[in-house]
Parts: sequence; structure tokens; C-alpha cells
Amino acid sequence: MLAWTIYISFIGVLVLMLLPRDNARAARIVALFTAVLGCGVAFAGAIQQAQHTNLGDVTTIVKTSWIPALGASYYLAADGISLVLVVLTGLAAVTGILFSWNIEKRTKEFFAFYLALIGGVYGVFLSFDLLLLFMFYELTIIPKYFLIARWGSTRKEYGAMKLALYSFVGSHLVLIGLIAAWVVARTQLGHPSLDLMELSKISLPVGFQHWVFPLVFVGFAILAGMWPFHTWAPTGHVAAPTAGSMLLAGVVMKLGAYGCLRVAMVLFPEGVREWQWAIATLAVIGIIYGAGVALVQRDFKFVIGYSSVSHMGFVLLGLATLNTIGLDGAVLQMFSHGIIAGLLFGVVGRMVYDRTHTRDFNDLERMNVGKLIPFAGVTFVIAGVASMGLPGFSGFVAEFQVLAGAWQVYPITAILSGLGIIIGVAYTLRAVQKAFYSDLPPLAHSDHDAHPMEPITVPERVGAVLLIAASLAIGLFPGLLMNWIDPCLKSPMFARLLNGGAQ
Amino acid sequence: MNQLDYLQILRLAAPETIVTLTMLAVLAADLTVLREKSLAVRFNLGGLLAVFGCALAAAFVLWRQDHCNFQNGILMVDRQTDFIKAAILVLTIFTILISTSGKFTDHVGEYLSLILLGTIGLMFLVSSWDLLMIFISLELASLALYILTAFNKRNVRSSEAALKYFLFGGMSAAFLLFGFSLLYGAAGSTNLTEIANNLAGKGLDPLLIVALVMTVIGFGFKVAAVPFHLWAPDAYEGAPTPSAAFIGAGSKVASFYILATLLSVGFAGTEGSAVLHGYSAGWTPVIAIIAALSMVIGNLTAIVQSSVKRLLAYSAIAHAGYMLLGVLANTNASRPAMMFYVITYGLTVVGAFGVVAVVENATGSDAMKNFAGLSRRAPLLSLCLLIFLLSLGGIPPLAGFIGKFLLFSAAVAADEKNLGLLWLVILAIAMSAVSFYYYLRVLKEAYVQDAPENAPAIKVPALTLLALVILAGLVILLGCVPSLLTDHL
Repeated sequence: MLAWTIYISFIGVLVLMLLPRDNARAARIVALFTAVLGCGVAFAGAIQQAQHTNLGDVTTIVKTSWIPALGASYYLAADGISLVLVVLTGLAAVTGILFSWNIEKRTKEFFAFYLALIGGVYGVFLSFDLLLLFMFYELTIIPKYFLIARWGSTRKEYGAMKLALYSFVGSHLVLIGLIAAWVVARTQLGHPSLDLMELSKISLPVGFQHWVFPLVFVGFAILAGMWPFHTWAPTGHVAAPTAGSMLLAGVVMKLGAYGCLRVAMVLFPEGVREWQWAIATLAVIGIIYGAGVALVQRDFKFVIGYSSVSHMGFVLLGLATLNTIGLDGAVLQMFSHGIIAGLLFGVVGRMVYDRTHTRDFNDLERMNVGKLIPFAGVTFVIAGVASMGLPGFSGFVAEFQVLAGAWQVYPITAILSGLGIIIGVAYTLRAVQKAFYSDLPPLAHSDHDAHPMEPITVPERVGAVLLIAASLAIGLFPGLLMNWIDPCLKSPMFARLLNGGAQ
Repeated sequence: MNQLDYLQILRLAAPETIVTLTMLAVLAADLTVLREKSLAVRFNLGGLLAVFGCALAAAFVLWRQDHCNFQNGILMVDRQTDFIKAAILVLTIFTILISTSGKFTDHVGEYLSLILLGTIGLMFLVSSWDLLMIFISLELASLALYILTAFNKRNVRSSEAALKYFLFGGMSAAFLLFGFSLLYGAAGSTNLTEIANNLAGKGLDPLLIVALVMTVIGFGFKVAAVPFHLWAPDAYEGAPTPSAAFIGAGSKVASFYILATLLSVGFAGTEGSAVLHGYSAGWTPVIAIIAALSMVIGNLTAIVQSSVKRLLAYSAIAHAGYMLLGVLANTNASRPAMMFYVITYGLTVVGAFGVVAVVENATGSDAMKNFAGLSRRAPLLSLCLLIFLLSLGGIPPLAGFIGKFLLFSAAVAADEKNLGLLWLVILAIAMSAVSFYYYLRVLKEAYVQDAPENAPAIKVPALTLLALVILAGLVILLGCVPSLLTDHL
């Protein structure tokens, strides 16, 4: 059933392409309908699987032979971790469309690229064959390039090309690793195989793992915004249209983190242990650096862009802990950041920028945005406190677990990341104050008061409420998702990763 | 010498005969019944006649089950060569279909018959296991290609390109012939298997090294590998676009097939080794160096091109580098992987040139800026362009990606114990990341830039559009189900 999330998205692309060129309304409705249907299938499929199977097991959805010479099969499956991310994708897809309801320029193409991207993302989270996973992974590069280059703002072509090249270079690092691993595994197994389950059972030579792991991990981590390969993220997020940034931060960065966990770490557990300290170090640098740079930005969207780098640092730190609580936190942080970053970008890009046409704090300070569009102000405050890690929101549960995990391995990283959280509070409050609740008087010649801004529309309200509700729900009842993630980490797939050190 | 069985020759060479007859029919039709008709009618009807002949020949080679080594390598016919011939014929069919909207010449009959003549040369080339036959068929194909390059008589660049191509090609033929004669002198036979048998155990003597280098230089020119590539950008740019497609597609397939055969069969025993830390002299290190140079120089030079045809020429050089990986891996798995790559590359490149030809006809040149706003001016055409260029760049789920995966994994698996060829594969993958940038530049023009003010929609000729859509469909289909092709190679 979950496979239909992929098919529905691509069917949506086809339907959109067949629509008449200038009917923006029909395009929006088709896109929303497709996304809602996909999201519905994702939820229903996830809940059904959660009720009927043990989520630690990988439940096969489809498996048919595809390229026998390579041992590749069309193998879609899901375990709890996939389910968490599939549900996140569904939510992000729907809210992204709600927040881009006002796209008037070539609406049909916009949503066609959008849905193609969503389809690819679902595909990555559900693939348990390495070649298939890689195909879906690369498939997402093209739509995001065109989404940004065509519908973006602020140096959009530069940002888009940078993002596309970073992604492509990353995926090619992965490709080198995959081909090498395929050859080595073939000698061990005696037959070619790209089946993730099968490959996760064999132990590749330790020396081989030591050099191939960083290749594959960094390849994926580029997309997860790991410092110092994060520079695509702020420029890409800023250049992208609102829905584009929401998807980039919301799900595309998670593709990278998911790849790190599912492919790099599961296949090369010895490699992870060799490089554990390096990942943790880079993650902590990312957390503090991202937060520090966010603190001094003048562009509202850059603040959120750099905050994403900081928050993704927590995901990577969680992965580097190699203990259950840390990994739990990392996966939960993927979900939480997807929701909260989506909301923040929605407020900045759609609610504020589309109305004020500026993201410069110096201008915003004099516009009194908080009074003119109070809904945006309130939403941003809620999203901001969620992002700071206020208890009750999902960010708190996730980051707390990551820190708890990190404390067990490298206490110093936990302390430094705590510092990062404090800077996070500072830049969020600064942004809230400057953008919405500044008490500077408006400029004399400003005519903004004369033309009241367009009121917040229904789709925006629905989108914001959905995301806040999701974050609150996970914050108050983390068990909802923890019960999905936890069994996976106890499954045989992760056993070598988590227990190997003790042996 | 035993009695020749002419009936057998006719049977074995039947596909080539069909194409020859078609060629004569096309020529005759154009000189008689079509003489007074308009250019478009002559091109369309003549083209359809040629397509029909090629399709008939292709159907015949796919249907027959002959397996014969006629006259000790003069004409090798088996399932594999037949399949490659069918692939060449299919590429010719598409090349003809994209040329039917051409306005570059009035000599339709001659143009089409030269394409068919070139195809005959390529078909014989695939079937030769004999040095003399290889040389003769290669020259038959090459001479046709030289004239096809010069066919746009109104354009001085076309003649310049053809002269350049011809001079370089003539030189390379001389090198090749010199290499062959030394090889014959060393081995005492022109048959590939006998050469290998006679050379077995002798190792690499200086004479053989010279023969090897000369042969590689000769073929290096034909496949446009660095440092023998200098003719390619000018020829691709100056030639009428469909001719460039023919040089880039059909002739590549046959040349690579025979190069791999010649080296792996004829030079068996002198492979040497190109693996890291395990180098030994032979033909694989030579090929490895040429492959590495082609990938690096082809890709880096393509970045700065502003003419799409030149860009495709440099990308062709780079792709020749990737394909040479398949030649030097030289295993049972690498041959089909390489042929899959070359054939799908051929399909893609014919499609890409087809799109360029339409844009060139509509806007007057193939400059990259003329592609601006193509997605609005001709949506279906630019969708085809998107598919072709992304496939060349190696984006899944298109044929170019799966071809790269098969080829690179086969190259790494050639030395699976030490992963000794991984250095070349890493280079190839790094360079293919570079290539993505320049393909994306063309697509950026088509999809991101706006068309110039008041630019009219581009009218795409129906036959060409049909061919392009089928090609795009094939590129997707072969990317999703590669076994359709790999099972036969």
C-alpha cells in the first residue's frame, strides 16, 4: 500500500502535464489532491503496518527481480524509521502546496516539478535496494534545480546550480562507494547483490570499510548539511521559492541524513567506529557555527537557513553517538526539524516576504509587521520557541535525547551543543524582535500603513495549524513516534552498529 | 584456395545486400520520379524508402539464426554481430528520420545513399575478424562520413570541417595500415585468432609495440579519443547536424565493437595491466591513459563551449573515454556493459542532435542562447531534450545512468581482489559529475530563461518529432529495463 505514495505522486505529475497551460486553479487543485492522497496513503499505510507487524522487522511491499546481472531488484519495503520519514514527507508535501497557493507564474510546471520531487523522496525512504535507492535519490536533484532556478528569488540561478552540483558531487561519492562495495560483496557472497538486507548481514573487510565509509557518509552528509559542506544549504534555502525551501529543509536534507544512517552506517559499521569522533566533531562545529552565523544575519531567510545547518548538526551528532538513545534522538530530530523548519520557512517566505517584498531586518524593523499581520507574528513565535527546544514541542524531545546520547560517549560535545542551543535562543529571539515586534518608528515616507497588507489566507492558516499541531503532538506524546523508531534500532539490521563496540 | 560458395556469401551478406539495393533504389527514385518534387517531399519520401530498407534489413538480421565464420574471419556471422548490426541499422533509421526536415542540401538522393553506404561499411566492420576486412570496411564507412560532413555546400565551415576530418582521417588510416602491416609481419597472418595464436608466448617485442601503438592511434582518431580528437569539434560543428549524429552514433557503435574485438582477440596475451601498483606493459595501460585523458579534457573543455554542437562534440570525446574503460576491463561482463553503453549513447546522441537540428532550422544557429525559452516555444521538443541530456549526464532512471553503472561496476570488477582499476572509475565518476554542469547549462536555457520577445512557437516537423519521441521513450525504457538489451549482447 505504501508504494502507492510514490505512484500517486508521479501520476499527479502526468495529470499536471496534460492540463491546459493557463489553468492555474486546476493545477493547484490537482496538486493538492495528489499530495493529500499521498499523505493519506502514507498515514494509513504507516498505521496499518504499525498495528499489524513488529516495526523492527522490515516489511516487504514489493520485491521483483530487476537487473539480474547486478543482483538488483525492485525492492520496496519499510520499517519504523522509514515510516516516520514517509509520514513526514506526506505532511511536508501537503503544507508546502498550501503555502504556495499564490504561485501564478507557470503554476502547472511548478507543481509538476514539486510532485516529482515528492515522489522521489518517498521512493528513497521506501527503497531497500541500493540501486533503486540511489536512483530515487538522484531523481530528486533535477526537480529541485528547476524549482529554485525558475521560481526562486535572490541569486536564484547561482543558488540552484550550487545546490545541484553539491548534490550531484555527493551522490557521485556515494556511487563510487556503492560500486566498490558491490564488487567486494560479490566476492564474499559469491553472487551479485544490491539488496540492503542481504548486504547488511555480511561483514566487509575492515580495511575496506575504513576508507569506503567516509566516502559514502560524506556523500550523503553533504545533503544533510554537514559542516564544512553545508554552504549549499543557506544559499539554496534563500534562493528557493517558499515551498522549495520548505521541502529542502523539511525533507531533502533528511534524505542525506537517512542515507547516512541506512546505507553508510548499516553497511560499514567498522568504518563508523573508526570515524565516529570525526563525525561528532564536525557535527558540533556545524551546530555552533550555524547558530553563530544565524545570529548576525541581516536577511531574515538566511537566519532560518543557517539555523537549519545548526539543527541538522544535532541529527549528525545523534548518529555519531552510536547508542540507542542518540540514534532515537537523531531520527526524531529529522522529523521534528522537518516540521519546524517547514513552518519557519513558510512564515518567512510566504507570510512575510510575499507581502512586504523584503527580508532585510533593517526594513522589516520599520514596518511593524507584527501589528499588520498578527497571525504571522504569532505563528513565528510559536515556531521559534519550538525551534529553540521549548519543552512541549518536538524539538525538545529530540535534542534532549541527542544530548543524552552524546553525554554517554563524548561529554564535551554535549556541553558544546548545549552552548549551540543557547545561541539558538538568542538568534530566534533576535529574529522575532527585529522582524515582528520592533519599536522603531516607521520611516516618514513609508506608505505601508496606507496600503494594508493582504490578509493571511485560509491555505496559509491550515498549513500553519497542521505543522504546529504535528510538532505539539510529538512534543507531548513522543511515544507516538518513539514506538516506531525504537524497535528498528533493536532489529538485526542495526545490531552490529549498536552492539559491535561492546563485543 | 577452395572454391568460393557464392550462394553462401549472398546469404551471409544478405542484410548488407538489402541495404545496398535500398541505396540504389533511393538514388534511382530521387533521380526519376521525385526529380521535380519539392525538397520536403523528396526528403520525406526518399527517407521513408531508406527507412523501409533498413527496417527490412534489421528485421532480417534479428530473425536469422546463422552462425558462421566464412573464409576464416572474412565474414563472421553470429547472434552477437547480428544484434549489433540491428542496432546500427536502428540508429541509421533514426538518423535518416531526423534529417528529413533538413534544408542544407538539394542533393537528397546522394545524401541518403551516402548514409546507407556508410551503414553498409559499418555492418561489414562488425563482421570482420580479419585485418584486411577491418581496414576496408572502416575506410568504406569513413569515406562516406567525410562526404556527409562536407554536404552543406552553402556553408564554408562545412567544407573546412570536412577537409580537416578528411586529412586527419587519412592520416589515421595510414597509421592504422602501418600498424596492421607490422602486425602481419610479426604474426604472419591477417586473421585475428591466428595472430593471437602465433604471437602467444612471444611477449612484447619492439615490433609488436610499434604495431600496437599505431593501431591504437588509428582507432583513437576514429573514436575521437584524446589526443587524437582535434578533428571532432570542428567536424561536429561544421557538418550538417544529421551527419554529425551519424558520426556520433552509428559509427561509434561499430568502431568500439571492432576495437574491443581486435584488442581482446588479436592482441590476446599482450594485455599488460593498468591496475594501480600492478602496472605492466601492454595494451591496457595505453588504453587507460587515452581513456583518462579523454575523460578529463573532453569534460573540462565542454564546460566553456557556447555552441551546443561543439559541446556535444566534447562530450562525445568524454564519453569515448568512459567507453574505453569497457575496452580495457576486457572481461565477459565488461563487453556487454560497454556495448549497452555505446548503443544507448548512440540513441541518445541521435536524439540530442535531432533537437539541435530543429532549433537550428528555426533560429538559424546552434548557439546556446538560441535555446532560451525552448520549453515554451516547443514543450514536447524540450522535454525530449531534457531526457536526452539528462541521460548523457547519467541521471536515473534513464539509459545513460544504468549504462554508466553497468560499465563502471564491470571495470571495477575486472580486478575484484585489489580493486586495481578503481582509480580510473573514480576519475570517470568525478568527471561525470563535471559533465552534469554543462548539460544543465543547456537545460537552464531551455527551461529557466525566457524566450526573446515575440519569439514564435517552433514548428517541429511531424516525422522528426515522432522519431524524437520514440527515441526519448527508448532512452527511458532501456533505463528502466536494461535487460531488454543486455540479454542480447
